[in-house]
Amino acid sequence: MLKIENLHATVTDSDEVILKGIDLEVSPGEVHAIMGPNGSGKSTLANVLMGKPSYTVSEGDITVDGESIVEMMPDERAHLGLFLAMQYPSEVPGVRPWQFLKAAKDAIDDANGQKKTSVRQFSKLFDEKVEEIGINLDLIKRSLNEGFSGGEKKRNEMLQMQVLDPRIAIMDETDSGLDIDALQAVADGVNKMRSPERSFVIVTHYQRLLHFVHPDIVHVLVDGKIVETGDASLAEKVEQNGYRDYLAAQRNGK
Amino acid sequence: MTTQDRLTISRESKLDDAGYKWGFSTDVEMELAPKGLSPDIVRLISEKKDEPDWMLEWRLKAFEYWSKLQREDAEPRWAKLRYPDIDYQDIYYYAAPKSFDDAPKSLDEVDPEMLETFDKLGIPLHERERLAGVAVDAVFDSVSVATTYADQLEERGIIFCSFTEAVQNHPELVQKYLGSVVPYTDNFFAALNSAVFSDGSFAYVPPGVRCPIELMTYFRINTEGSGQFERTLIVADEGAYVSYLEGCTAPIRRTSQLHAAVVELVALDRGEIKYSTIQNWYPGTKDGQGGVYNFVTKRGITERDAKISWTQVETGSAITWKYPSVILRGDNSVGEFYSVALANNYQQADTGTKMIHIGKNTKSTIVSKGISAGHGENTYRGGVKILPGAENATNHTQCDSLLVGDQCGAHTVPYIEVRNPTARLEHEASTSKVSDEQLFYLMSRGISEEDAHHMIITGWSRNVIKELPFEFALEAGQLLKVSLEGAVG
Ligand SMILES: Nc1ncnc2c1ncn2[C@@H]1O[C@H](COP(=O)(O)OP(=O)(O)OP(=O)(O)O)[C@@H](O)[C@H]1O
Ligand SMILES: [Mg+2]
Repeated sequence: MLKIENLHATVTDSDEVILKGIDLEVSPGEVHAIMGPNGSGKSTLANVLMGKPSYTVSEGDITVDGESIVEMMPDERAHLGLFLAMQYPSEVPGVRPWQFLKAAKDAIDDANGQKKTSVRQFSKLFDEKVEEIGINLDLIKRSLNEGFSGGEKKRNEMLQMQVLDPRIAIMDETDSGLDIDALQAVADGVNKMRSPERSFVIVTHYQRLLHFVHPDIVHVLVDGKIVETGDASLAEKVEQNGYRDYLAAQRNGK
Repeated sequence: MTTQDRLTISRESKLDDAGYKWGFSTDVEMELAPKGLSPDIVRLISEKKDEPDWMLEWRLKAFEYWSKLQREDAEPRWAKLRYPDIDYQDIYYYAAPKSFDDAPKSLDEVDPEMLETFDKLGIPLHERERLAGVAVDAVFDSVSVATTYADQLEERGIIFCSFTEAVQNHPELVQKYLGSVVPYTDNFFAALNSAVFSDGSFAYVPPGVRCPIELMTYFRINTEGSGQFERTLIVADEGAYVSYLEGCTAPIRRTSQLHAAVVELVALDRGEIKYSTIQNWYPGTKDGQGGVYNFVTKRGITERDAKISWTQVETGSAITWKYPSVILRGDNSVGEFYSVALANNYQQADTGTKMIHIGKNTKSTIVSKGISAGHGENTYRGGVKILPGAENATNHTQCDSLLVGDQCGAHTVPYIEVRNPTARLEHEASTSKVSDEQLFYLMSRGISEEDAHHMIITGWSRNVIKELPFEFALEAGQLLKVSLEGAVG
C-alpha cells in the first residue's frame, strides 16, 4: 500500500542531499523496522513521508495505493491514514491534549466523509487509552507536550496514534528513552493494533522493542540509502556488530 | 438653536470585505445634529437629553478645555500610531434614531430594524430570547436602545441603566462619581468625550451585594460619519461585586469613524469589579481603507482591599489607543490587566496599562499578549508606578508578542518608576513566531494549516482568554480566528 521509489530528498533551505535513492514497499499488514547509525537519514525519511515542508523531494516518488502523495500537505496525508509518531514532538503552549486530539480526529473523519465523534464517545475512547498507555492524568491537564519528560512525550505520541487509528503508522524512535513499563505499553499497543489492513514502519536503534514487536522485514539505512534488507535476524546481527562494516564499505566505495 | 438635519441612512453597496461579518448597516431614520463641534452643539446634546444644569455646565467646561487643547495642537502624538489628521468639524456629534424623539417606554416601541440588528449580532433583546444570565444595555449609535433584566436587578438595589437615565434618575450618584477617576482635563480625547458624550451605561451595586448576573453593554455604531462618544461609569460600593462585559461592532464603511469613549470604575472598600471587553469595531479593509479610530480612556480606582480586573480582547479598529489602568489607592488593593491585542492587515494597536500603586501592600498583575500579522503594528505601552507610601507593593508583568509573517511589527515600551525601596517588581517579555515545527506537528495529525495556526495562537493567548466569562471566551476564540483570516495559509 505504501511504495517508495528512488526517493531523493534535500533540505529545502540549503539543497543539501539527505536521502539518496530509497526504494521500499510496505504491504498491508506488514511491520517494517528501519535501523541505521545516527545521522543516516531515518528521521528525514519519516518526515518526508509525512510531508514536512523543510524537506524537498528532488527525485523519485511516494505512493499510497498507487496515488502519489509527494505534492500533498501533511494534513492531507493524515486524512489518507498516515501517522508519524515523532522523535521530538513539539510543545504547544495553551493547547490541551484532549482538545487537540479531538480536533485532529474530527478533521480526519470529516475529510473521509464520516460523522464527528460525539464529545462523550470521544472522551470515553480518550480516557480508555490514557489508562491503557499509563499516562499521568496531570499531564492531560497541561499544555500539549509542555514540560513533559522525554518518555511522557513518547507516551503521548502513542495515545495519539491509538486514537487516530491510522492505516500506515510510522514510529520514529518511539522506544528511545522509555522505561520498561512504557516500552511494554508501547509494544502492547502496537501488537493490539496490528491487523491485515494496517502497516507499521518502525525506526529504532534497539533490538529491545523488536523482541516484543516482531518485524516482518528489517532495513539498514546508511548515508541516505538502504544498504541491506532482511528478516528479523538482521536486527540481531546489527545489534551485535554495529554499523562498522557498512560504514567501512561505504568509505571504500567512495 | 441650530437647525437639525433629518435623513434616512440607507443600505449602501457592500464593500468588498467578506471577512467582517458584522459589517451590515441598518435602515433606520436618524436624527442628526449638524456636523462639527461648538458650544451650541454641546447645548443641543444636553437639551436633547433634558439634562440638569450642572451636567450642561460640566460639558461646557470640558468643551472649553478641549478647545484650548485643540488650539495648542495638544492632540497626543506619543503613541506609535500613524493616521491622517482628524477633522473634528467633519463629524456628527449627535446621531439618534428618530423614533427616539420620545424615548421608547418598552421594546414594542423600538424600531424593529434595530431589534433585528441586535438579533443579527447575537444579542437578542426580546424577553423570550434574551441571553440567559446577562443583563444587556444595547447602545445604537449614541443612544441606549434597551436594557434587559432591569427589574430583577432593581430588587437587589442594583442600578443598571443608560447613562442618560442615570443622569435623570440618580443625579446624586452621577454627580458624585462622574469625572472622579477620569477628569475632563485628563487628556485630549477624554475632554472631547466629556463635552459631547451622548450615552453609555451606568451601573451601581450597593454595599455587600454580589450582582448575580453579568452586566453587558453592546455598542453599535451605525451612522456613517458619526462619532461615537459613550461614557461608562461603574461603582461597586463597599463589599459589592460586579462582572461587566462590553462588546462592540460597526458596519463596513469606506471612511474612518471616530470613537472616543471614557470608562470610569470605582471600587470602594472590599468592592470588586471585573470588566471584560471584546472590541471588534470595524478594522478597515485589507488594504487599510476605513475602519474605526478607537481612542479610549479607561481607568479604575480601588479603595482598601478592593480589586479591579480588566480583561480585553482587541481584534477590531484600524487604530487602537487604549490603556485601561488602575489607581491602587487603598491598602491591600489589587489591580489586574489581561490583554490580547491583534493587529492584522494595516491595523495599528498601541495599548497597555498603567498601574499606579499608592496604598500599602498593593498588588498588580499585567499579562499582555500582542499578535501581529499582515502589515499590523502592535505596541505594548505599560507603566508601573510605585509611589513613596506604597510599602511592599508588588507587580508582575508578562508581556509577550507573537509574529505571524514577516511584514508586521511588535514593540514593547515599559515605563517603570519606583519610589519605595520595598517594592518588588518582575518583568518578563518574549517575542516568538508560530514555529514551523508546531505547525507541522498539528498538520501531521490532520488539522488544516489555518486551523493549526488558530489553535497555536489561541493556545498562546489562553492565559488571557481564560479570564473571560465562558460565553465571551468562546466568542473571543472565534473572533481571533476570523480576524486572522487571510494572514495565514
Ligand atoms: N533541516 C535540516 N537541515 C540541515 N541538515 C539536516 C536537516 N535535517 C536533517 N539534516 C541532516 O541530515 C542527516 C540525517 O538526519 P536525520 O535526523 O534524518 O538522522 P537520523 O538517522 O534520524 O539520526 P538519529 O539516529 O540521530 O535520530 C544529519 O546529518 C542531519 O544533520
Ligand atoms: Mg532520527
